[in-house]
Amino acid sequence: MSIGHTLLGLLEAGPRHGYDLKRAFDERFGHDRPLHYGQVYSTMSRLLKNGLVVVEGIEPGGGPERKRYAITDAGITDVADWLATPEKPEPYLQSTLYTKVVLALMTGRGAAELLDTQRAEHLRLMRELTRRKKDGDLADQLICDHALFHLEADLRWLELTAARLDRLAEEVRR
Amino acid sequence: MNTAPLLEATGLSKAYGPTAALSGADFALRAGEVVAVMGPSGSGKSTLLHCLAGIVRPDAGTLAYDGRDITALSDTARSALRRTDFGFVFQFGQLVPELSCVENVALPLRLNGEKRKAAEARALEWLARLEVDDTAAKRPGEISGGQGQRVAVARALVSSPRVIFADEPTGALDSLNGERVMRLLTDASRDTGAAVVLVTHEARVAAWSDREVVVRDGSVRSSEWAA
Repeated sequence: MSIGHTLLGLLEAGPRHGYDLKRAFDERFGHDRPLHYGQVYSTMSRLLKNGLVVVEGIEPGGGPERKRYAITDAGITDVADWLATPEKPEPYLQSTLYTKVVLALMTGRGAAELLDTQRAEHLRLMRELTRRKKDGDLADQLICDHALFHLEADLRWLELTAARLDRLAEEVRR
Repeated sequence: MNTAPLLEATGLSKAYGPTAALSGADFALRAGEVVAVMGPSGSGKSTLLHCLAGIVRPDAGTLAYDGRDITALSDTARSALRRTDFGFVFQFGQLVPELSCVENVALPLRLNGEKRKAAEARALEWLARLEVDDTAAKRPGEISGGQGQRVAVARALVSSPRVIFADEPTGALDSLNGERVMRLLTDASRDTGAAVVLVTHEARVAAWSDREVVVRDGSVRSSEWAA
């Protein structure tokens, strides 16, 4: 996730202090990974340097997080461009799993057991997300659903690969 | 927690003609737990459910319920056990189309000899709990698929069963309705202490369970207890 664009987006609603930005970010998007003040400070310095925000005021006696930032027109355009650009799909997990399955077959290890173990681990995480979703608000539900659908797609791949292991073993050993 | 199985199957086998649907399947269910039975189409998971529920008699193997061997029970005795101790939810609700929803839910109680008024009062409570009390007077043909499945869950729970057998209970529903059915089914089963055997090929549905077993080629691949 682009922290810079997210902080810029939060500033569109109105100027905020650094600590206020961090709190808003953590509440809406932080969940398991809240921002460090250092991240906020370094990101805001970069946005400032690039002319995407300006410092509107500084509270007395405070550190860098006491600066009050406002978004510029260039910043608003930057957010609009970011939102309009589709994200690159990242089918990363399958390639790792595929490598493991092929290596297991090449070295005579149990590829079916590897797939079973992975399936159990995926389902364990899906259970955890389902519990979190059940007890959470709508934001939690949407975030967990996103993860759940991705895990489910991986699981389908695991099932399909399990069903094709014999053929894959033949090809690998050729 | 008592870890002795409430329902335990050992070496279940079942063939339909020359096709083996189950080949020595083992399965154990503790009181109050929700277990997902997963596996590809044709792996034998529905046959396993039907054998566990006493709907189909296995060709070989033993089945014990509450410490009692029920493998050789007569059809009448198995029917009685299904009525008193088991509840069922299938993919397409299988509600009786001529009866209203409240009559459908009251049906297991009526079959157990309960008076109509008392049975329907309890049925109404369950319809409310499953958030479909507005369907009480309607017939199954007049309600949506999602509502129908919730009525079916109410019917499965109304007689306070110790085990609920659910075969692809969300298979015909969209994601949102499927999720609602699973939330209500698992909440109600946990509240009442009923165990659930949940057959599904969908991982997101299985994620509502406490643990899963996988059926492949007629045998159960993993049946470890939940940690």
